[in-house]
Amino acid sequence: MNKILLTGALLALLLSSCEKEDKKEPFVGPQLPSNFPQPAYDLSANPVTEAGFALGKKLFYDPILSRDNTIACADCHISFAAFTHPDHPTSHGIDNLFGKRNALPVQNMLWRTSFFWDGGVPNLDLVPLNPIQNPVEMDESPDVVLEKLRNHPEYPGLFREAFGSEEVNTARFLQAMSQFMAMLVSADSRYDHYVRKEPGGEMSVEELAGLAVFQQKCAACHATDLFTDQSFRNNGVIDDFSLDKGRAEVSTFSEDIGKFAVPSLRNVAATAPYMHNGKFKTLESVLDHYAGGGVKDSPTLDPLLRQSDGTLGIPLSTAEKAQLIAFLNTLTDETFLRDARFAQ
Amino acid sequence: MQKLLFPLLALFLLTALPACKDDTKPDPTPTGFGDVVIEFENRAGDETLVFGKDYVNAAGETVNFSTFNYFVSNFVLVSTDGTEYVVPKDDCYFLCNGDDADSREITLTNIPAGDYSHIHFMIGVDSAKSVSPVSERTGDLDPAGAASGMYWSWNAGYIFVKVEGTSPQAPVEPSTGQRIFQYHTGLFGGFNSPTLNNLKEVHLDAPHEAAEVRENSEAPHVHMYVDVLEMFTNPTNISVAANPTSHAGPYSKTVADNYADMFSIDHVHNH
Repeated sequence: MNKILLTGALLALLLSSCEKEDKKEPFVGPQLPSNFPQPAYDLSANPVTEAGFALGKKLFYDPILSRDNTIACADCHISFAAFTHPDHPTSHGIDNLFGKRNALPVQNMLWRTSFFWDGGVPNLDLVPLNPIQNPVEMDESPDVVLEKLRNHPEYPGLFREAFGSEEVNTARFLQAMSQFMAMLVSADSRYDHYVRKEPGGEMSVEELAGLAVFQQKCAACHATDLFTDQSFRNNGVIDDFSLDKGRAEVSTFSEDIGKFAVPSLRNVAATAPYMHNGKFKTLESVLDHYAGGGVKDSPTLDPLLRQSDGTLGIPLSTAEKAQLIAFLNTLTDETFLRDARFAQ
Repeated sequence: MQKLLFPLLALFLLTALPACKDDTKPDPTPTGFGDVVIEFENRAGDETLVFGKDYVNAAGETVNFSTFNYFVSNFVLVSTDGTEYVVPKDDCYFLCNGDDADSREITLTNIPAGDYSHIHFMIGVDSAKSVSPVSERTGDLDPAGAASGMYWSWNAGYIFVKVEGTSPQAPVEPSTGQRIFQYHTGLFGGFNSPTLNNLKEVHLDAPHEAAEVRENSEAPHVHMYVDVLEMFTNPTNISVAANPTSHAGPYSKTVADNYADMFSIDHVHNH
C-alpha cells in the first residue's frame, strides 16, 4: 500500500514537473511601453536573448567584477529598491570606502541618453566599466575581470550559450550586462495603467490633483513619461561644489559647476534617500527643500528655481505637497520591484 | 647684368632638370601598393628618453619619467606632387606605449606607390571613434584590453597622452608619499553636449628625402622623434611644482597645446 502511494506520489511529482517544463513561458525580451518615447539604445545591435540576459544577470550579481571579489553591482543596486541602495545617501564600496554620490536606479536604461549624475558615459554598453574601475567602488581593471572570467569554471560555457563560442571579450562582456539592464523596464505602475487607459489605472481625486500640480510645477524638468528631460541642472541642494563639481567634472566648463542629471521619478517612493548626495530621506523633505526656502543660491542655480519676486524654489501649498506625494506614490511599480526574473 | 642672369638661369634649369629626373626617377609614375613604417623614438630633448633618468624641463625642474604613452590616428600621406592619400581610418589607431618598443613601430599598409614628403595625423582618438559601438573598439582601442590604462570609464573616452614620473620639485602626493607628476590628457569634445576638445593635428614635412613607396620593395622607414620635454613648454611652461597633475580639467588644454609640437621627423630611410 505504502509502495503504491509512494509510486503514485513520485509519478505525480514527475508529471507535475513535466507539466511545468511544458508550460515554461517562452523568453520575452524587453517590452517597449506605448507611453514611452523611442529608446536611445540600439537593441538591433545587441538583441536580448535568454542566454545573454542570464549571463548578464549572473555578472550583475557576481563580486568577481571587483578587485578582491567582494563587491557586486547588486550590492549597491538592489532590485526591490529599483536597483538603488536604500538608506544609503552614498554607498560603501571596496575596503568600505564611501563614494561621493547617491547610487542611481538601474531602470529604463534603454531610454537614457547619458548615464551617471554627471552624464559622463554616453552608451549603456560602457556603463559597467565605470563602477568596475572606480577606486572606491570595485577598483578592478577590466582586463583583469575578463581574465578572471576566462579562467572561471562556468563563464566560458555561459558565453558560448549567449554568443556562440567560449571567447570572452570586451564587447561580449559589456553587451551581456546591457542585455540584463535592458530588461529592467519599469512601466507597470498605477499611473502607467491610467495614462494607457488600462484596467487597474484608477486614480483618486487627491492623486489626480497631484498630477495636475506636477504637470504645472515639476514637469518642465521631470518631463515625459520617463519623468526626466535628461538635462543637467543645479537644483540648489548645496552651494559649495568644491568636493563635487557635477557636470563640470566631465565637461570642464565653469557654467556646468553644480549641475547634476535630472533623475527619473519612477519608483521614487522606493528609492530614498534623494538627490545626488542623498541629502533627503523622505519625499516630504524633498518638497520642503523646493517649497520651504531650502534652495541654496549659486551662480549656476537653475533659472526655473528663481521666481519673479526674487524668491528661490517652487511655491507649493501644504495641500499641494500632500497631493504631489499622493501622485508620486502612483509611480511605484510593484511588478517591477518584485520581478523574480531580476532578483538574485 | 640682372637681365642677363635670368635667361641664363632658366636655360641652365631647362637643361639640367630633365637630366636629373632621368637619373633619379627611372619610373616616373610608380604603380601598385606598398607599406610605410613609422618608428616613434621617444626623446627627452637631445637624447633618447630613458625611464628613471633625470632630465630638466623648461621651468628648470628635474623630471624623471616612468610613463609616456600616446594615441596616434587618422594618418594622411601627401606625395611630392600634392596628392593626398587618406589611410583608411579603421586601419590606423595606434597606441604607442613607452614600455613597449614594438608598439612604437607602426606600419601603414596598402599605400599607393609614390613619393611622400608630408604626413599629417592626429594625437588622440577622434570623436566619431570615441563614441563608436563597443564592438568596434578592438585591438589598441579595447577599453578592457590594450587601452585599459588609456581609457576614462567615468568620462567615457580615451586618454590621448599619458605622462607620469617623479620630481624633487613636485609636492608630496598624500596617498603614496611620493613626489609625483601625472598628466593624463584626453577629451574629444563631448558626445551630447560640448566639453573641451584636446584633439591635435600634427603636420610634418620630411626633412630631406621623401618616403618612396614601391610595390614589392621594402617599406620606407619614417623615423620620428617624440620629445616628452616639449609637453612642458611652448606656448606655456608647465611647472611640476605648481601644476603636478592634470586630468580631465581645464588645465588639460595647456598640456595639449604644449604637446601638439612634440612630434618631428628626424629622417626618412629608403631601402
